Amino acid sequence: MIYREAGQFKTSYAADQAVFPVVQDRVVVAAAVVAAFVVPPLVANEYWLQAVLIPFLVYALAALGLNLLTGYAGQLSLGTGGFMAVGAYAAFKLTTAFPSLNIVVVFVLSGLVAAGVGLLFGIPSLRIKGFYLAVATLAAQFFLIWLFNKVAWFTNYASSGTITAPDRTLFGVLVTGPNSSASARYLTALGLVAVFAVIAKNLVRGRVGRSWMAIRDRDIAAEIIGVRPLRTKLLAFGISSFYCGVAGAGLVFLYLGSAETLAFDISISFLVLFMVIIGGLGSILGSFLGAAFIVLVPIVLANAPHAIGLRLPVALQKQIELMVFGGLIIFFLIVEPRGLARLWQITKEKLRLWPFPH
Amino acid sequence: MTGRKLWLAALAALVLAAPTLAAAQPKEVFIPLLVYRTGPYAPSGIPIADGFVDYFTLLNERDGGINGVKLVWEECETQYDNKQGVECYERLKGKSPVLVNPYSTAITYSLIPKAPVDKIVVFSMGYGMSAASDGRWFPWVFNFPTNYWSQASAVIRYISQQEGGLEKLKGKKIAHIFHNSAYGKEANPTLEELAKKYQFELSLLAVDHPGQEQKATWLQVRRLNPDWIFMSGWGVMNQVAIKEAASVGFKMDHFIGNWWSANDSDVVPAGEGAKGYKGATFHAPGTSFKVHADLMKFVYDKGKGSAKKEDVGAPLHNRGIVNAMFVAEAIRTAMTKYGNKPLTGEQVRWGFENLNLTEQRLEQVGMKSFTHPVKVTCEDHEGNGPVLIQQWDGKKWSVVSDWIAPMRDVVRPKIEAAAVEEAKKLGYTMRDCSKEK
Repeated sequence: MIYREAGQFKTSYAADQAVFPVVQDRVVVAAAVVAAFVVPPLVANEYWLQAVLIPFLVYALAALGLNLLTGYAGQLSLGTGGFMAVGAYAAFKLTTAFPSLNIVVVFVLSGLVAAGVGLLFGIPSLRIKGFYLAVATLAAQFFLIWLFNKVAWFTNYASSGTITAPDRTLFGVLVTGPNSSASARYLTALGLVAVFAVIAKNLVRGRVGRSWMAIRDRDIAAEIIGVRPLRTKLLAFGISSFYCGVAGAGLVFLYLGSAETLAFDISISFLVLFMVIIGGLGSILGSFLGAAFIVLVPIVLANAPHAIGLRLPVALQKQIELMVFGGLIIFFLIVEPRGLARLWQITKEKLRLWPFPH
Repeated sequence: MTGRKLWLAALAALVLAAPTLAAAQPKEVFIPLLVYRTGPYAPSGIPIADGFVDYFTLLNERDGGINGVKLVWEECETQYDNKQGVECYERLKGKSPVLVNPYSTAITYSLIPKAPVDKIVVFSMGYGMSAASDGRWFPWVFNFPTNYWSQASAVIRYISQQEGGLEKLKGKKIAHIFHNSAYGKEANPTLEELAKKYQFELSLLAVDHPGQEQKATWLQVRRLNPDWIFMSGWGVMNQVAIKEAASVGFKMDHFIGNWWSANDSDVVPAGEGAKGYKGATFHAPGTSFKVHADLMKFVYDKGKGSAKKEDVGAPLHNRGIVNAMFVAEAIRTAMTKYGNKPLTGEQVRWGFENLNLTEQRLEQVGMKSFTHPVKVTCEDHEGNGPVLIQQWDGKKWSVVSDWIAPMRDVVRPKIEAAAVEEAKKLGYTMRDCSKEK
């Protein structure tokens, strides 16, 4: 890298176990987080906040959740959209039933509801593995969407079955609903993502994360050394669904403003799974990179012809966009099957030796 | 001066010049078009988008715009997807549009809360939130000439006419096959209420997005054996449903699509089987109107048309034309008050609210007997316009009914109640229409 960590001696266990043991890493990450909080609200226009950054954050949170389950605990799930829907509908029901409840509390509670549902649908994972589990989680996806479509109670008997985010404040500032500013919603989303990313990072390097990885790598061996599969797998399902639930609430409350079940259909589950795979299975950074790739690339492709002054018919443009996007996915998977996070890691290692590679 | 300084100076000059550039704006009004020309909803999306663009091109070519103000537009592909629709809206918002046609009930629901904040009129012609018809609560949303609830009641009235009176509905089995989304569900509350009132048996059969797979639904239809089927379908769902209906041998003249489920692209794939299929509409099909002659003369003969020539006159192409005409007439109405210059969203909103399309005006725009006169008021953003039934004879659509009035006595109280409910969610207050002018 441009910097060297030589001379940084670790003299305590705490220093050795730090999330970012290298000083420069710490500084860069801290600076990036501060910049994320300060710069976009000051410079970005509403389009950037509303159509690019907020969806990126919401999807990053969902990808983070799925990465805990699929990347760390090795349980393939296609129920992400369903769990996000649980979070969204729970948040809607909670905040309409208790309007004075703090919106962050609502988000956390709806995450807990989603976690409960996730636990329930995680039970089959004790018996079935791999692709078969993926099919079983599909059941969660279809059942949950069907449920929210069928039972009008979840939408407060709205004739169209649409849920709408009401105006809610945090510290006296509107953070959800039609009258809230995009920057306020962005900061709320960023705050949630930052906190949950830190929690996830600490989870995966602690005892829980290690037991997940043990189960992922060889479940029988893990069982023999004393990892309890029941608890470990269900915990993974629960925590992952919690993240997805909060992301689902964010999708409706911070991003779209109103949504129907179609916003959580199977394509969302696949989209989040692609984010995790392209970003890097078993990597926190990968979740962000994957979300950025899937959210940003189509938008860049949609705007690119305009930026260079090319006027294409919209249908043609969309089709080119889909083809290029698909091509890019294949390209990145061939170049680095372990995802963008691995690519970044390799770049770092190469730069570390530069300019004298051996 | 170094290169860097030069660059900075150029940037500074640009920043300083920006307001003057804006001041020297050309005389034009920008209209964003959220379209879907790809994906499972493209069969429905393409003709509407073409109709829209064709009428705007006609206005620019024939009249030089509206009172000298040119129409400019930009399409943005939404694929009928809520998220892409919001992205499109935000992207095109930068070009200071005065109104938006979301062309999706789900996107409409997402844009309604933004309308008063961004000062952009949401015009959802015959779709979107039915409750928004109460203009006292939703000043920025318009859904004339008629909405889903009115349509459902008009279709029930049509069925009763065929059966020989409203009292004959008793005991009849009517199925509603609907797209399982905000759009498809919209008609359900009205149908349920009418079922109670006229004591017919209503079955609600949902078809999930995108609607290519309907075997289960039609199995239910066979079991129920309904007397009439009403369908709220969209995109690829329509042609699949019509094919399925033909293959289970359902009487096609007892199968009525709503106005989004009766286009050439919906019936042609079913071939002979689709003969007799009916659909609701609020304008005539075909090309026998003056506006179509003008369209040929000023747009298609100059090679500026966006559809294929033979597709002009399809119900959804005509729908696009009607929609574009409403938009243009609303802007024209606003100009009578604010002058012939580019308008703001607020001014155009006034134009929509005071739109009065008389028979005479329709004749002037070449649409005599093409569609029904509409009068929008502060209280009523829907107009509660009547509905026509058209029938497919295997080659073309022809109108087979008179204008059927919706059951305003049933629909309007429901709208007013629902408006209170929906407005409460958004924290709106009711405005006093007597103070509007």
